[in-house]
Amino acid sequence: MNGPVRSVAEILAAHPDRGREHLIPLLQEVQEAQGFVSREAVAELGAHLGLPSSRIYGVATFYNQFRFQPLGRYHVQVCRGTACHVKGSQGVFQAIKRYLQLEAGQTARDGLFSLEVVACLGACGLAPLICVNGEFHGGVDADSAVKILRRCRREAESA
Amino acid sequence: MPRIEANGRTLEARRGETLLETLRRGGIRVPTLCHYEGLPPTGACRLCVVEVDGLPNLVPACSYPVVEGLKVHTHSARAVNARRTIVELLLSNHPDDCLYCARHGNCRLQDLSEELGVRARRLPGTRRHLPRDVSSPAIVRDPDKCVLCGRCVRACQEVQGVAAIDMTGRGSGARVDTAFGEGLNVSSCVNCGQCVMVCPTGALTERSHLDLVEGALRDPALTVVAQVAPAVSVSLAELFGEKPGRDVDGALYALLRRLGFSRVFDTAFAADLTIMEEASELVRRLRDGGPLPMFTSCSPGWVKFVETFYPERIAHLSTCKSPQQMLGAVIKAHFAARAGLEPERVFSVAIMPCTAKKFEAQREEMLEGKLADVDAVLTTRELADLVRRRGLRLGDLAPEPADMPFGRRSGAGKLFGASGGVMEAAIRTAHHLVTGGELADLKVEAVRGLEGVKEARVRLGDLELGVAVVSGLGNARRLLQEIDAGRRDLHFVEVMSCPGGCIGGGGQPIGADPAALGARLQALYRIDGAETVRTAHANPAVRQLYAEFLGEPLGPRSHELLHTHYDARTVLR
Ligand code: SF4
Ligand code: SF4
Ligand code: SF4
Ligand code: FES
Repeated sequence: MNGPVRSVAEILAAHPDRGREHLIPLLQEVQEAQGFVSREAVAELGAHLGLPSSRIYGVATFYNQFRFQPLGRYHVQVCRGTACHVKGSQGVFQAIKRYLQLEAGQTARDGLFSLEVVACLGACGLAPLICVNGEFHGGVDADSAVKILRRCRREAESA
Repeated sequence: MPRIEANGRTLEARRGETLLETLRRGGIRVPTLCHYEGLPPTGACRLCVVEVDGLPNLVPACSYPVVEGLKVHTHSARAVNARRTIVELLLSNHPDDCLYCARHGNCRLQDLSEELGVRARRLPGTRRHLPRDVSSPAIVRDPDKCVLCGRCVRACQEVQGVAAIDMTGRGSGARVDTAFGEGLNVSSCVNCGQCVMVCPTGALTERSHLDLVEGALRDPALTVVAQVAPAVSVSLAELFGEKPGRDVDGALYALLRRLGFSRVFDTAFAADLTIMEEASELVRRLRDGGPLPMFTSCSPGWVKFVETFYPERIAHLSTCKSPQQMLGAVIKAHFAARAGLEPERVFSVAIMPCTAKKFEAQREEMLEGKLADVDAVLTTRELADLVRRRGLRLGDLAPEPADMPFGRRSGAGKLFGASGGVMEAAIRTAHHLVTGGELADLKVEAVRGLEGVKEARVRLGDLELGVAVVSGLGNARRLLQEIDAGRRDLHFVEVMSCPGGCIGGGGQPIGADPAALGARLQALYRIDGAETVRTAHANPAVRQLYAEFLGEPLGPRSHELLHTHYDARTVLR
């Protein structure tokens, strides 16, 4: 993606309709444009749709797709699709959580990593699979997954 | 009239009612958890399920409309088993903390497990160990004890129109939370405590000041004084098993002395003081052109509501501190000096029907480099707990008067305990300020009663005022929307955060009989009616305080001690 990030105001301007059924699509657009759903975005959405922030947050957390923190420099997606699950993605996920000290949906305080669980990355042939900044790493196990993340950290530190 | 058969008995139903309502009127109790009297059913907990002949599945009584000829079995083996399983599931990840829980002995979950004969932990489950939210000065949230009934969310959104909290997440991650899971103290919560009042468990409680107060009472270097709000004396007895509506005013002062308070004052005295200031402010605003309507400022939840949701209306709030804060201020500034005490050594405790008063006492502008007006606030419930901790009982004590110089009140001051009371008291005194005379009939019927919205036109000499009295912040929001939309006929608006006013406050007895509110209200009216002094301006103790110390209403000393200011709040709303 190039150019400036689309602001919430711009997104809302394109959706003059204030029906509450637009909440989910609007949240999706905001997340797509900004990478996450910020407090400010929720406040603006709330004012636009006449909904309290707590309600928007409640609805958004009901679906697993929304994040409330900006993405880290390395965004790590762990596939939990059926194929990956069968091939042991649970262990991979646990190891990554332990290494990063993060839960799904969180971003590390130093902004280096963010972690997300996805239902399926659509590359089941490579299971178990993780994806870092859009790059697929197939056939990982707990150790090799952590190794990939260590490499990212070294790369960031030497940069 | 539809008829149904329940457990073999014929019951007359009313058209349009739910099965639960019919059963209840027929004297058949079906347990409920999420059911919220007066709001539409959500069917969230399924605890109220009953068996209906001809239907394959159990149906929730709270949301099932009655129709002619239903044959219902409320306590069939199937229905009871289903309920027991629901409760066992709730208990499976519930902490076994009853012995340490504020709701021990008054907990729906305890009642249900008792009623359904749950005697063992049959279903395995793990405690969630979610962190408690202790960020708020008024409310403590313990999500591990939450059974997700949703009643708090409904109180906050549908009754109070605040919506600080909502259901978040789903499945095993579901919980009640603020936006972004932040602490209640940085949310739009106004500390009203109505969520606490409807929570079936110990998941929501007030922030206790009991240890703080006990510590002060044991400290020989401190002189500990108490003030008691008007609504407390007509509610406390319920917590000792008595019928609602008994006034224990005198026994309460005796009790507080037994507990070790050196002086016991009546907040209703300060209510009279508030009226002197507030009625003067109203008359001044009427003469100087506003801003009108003036809003009352004695309900701290309402004040925070305006600061949070309607900051552009802050100028409409009366600058008067609430009676609690006024009395706190004159206790430290005047009583201490008179009694030869250092104000730093006076520990001032307010006993209130309210959780938001805990927040109010700690508001920044009440502290600003000064001594706090009020050091601790106990709710009506906490007072009852303190009494029990000391092995005392309410019943055995002979009545005693409150202490001077703040022990005398008018009937008007006592009326502050109910919705409409501030208005009635203010009208009595404003009439005097404008005309120099007294109202022929002191009773202002139009602003009495438990309705959430009351309006009247009132004559003060040649002025005619439009007044409105609302209780429950949802009602207040609707009135503000009308004013925003251009409504111009109102001069004075009383708002109490809690439905019914302070008698329905967030610090009051939990799980009270639904008729209790009315009984407390009538008790206040009886007290006012029987009082010889029924207007704030005729209260000799108030007059004396002005003569000796304060000077004039709205004068410089009043301004310094009895008035305050407000600030817009930038929180997620
Ligand atoms: S909420 Fe009720 S069941 Fe739970 S620990 Fe407290 S008293 Fe016990
Ligand atoms: S105290 Fe009042 S405003 Fe705060 S969460 Fe509870 S109901 Fe809502
Ligand atoms: S906090 Fe209390 S009222 Fe709210 S959902 Fe949980 S149990 Fe129900
Ligand atoms: S009380 Fe009927 S479903 Fe909860």
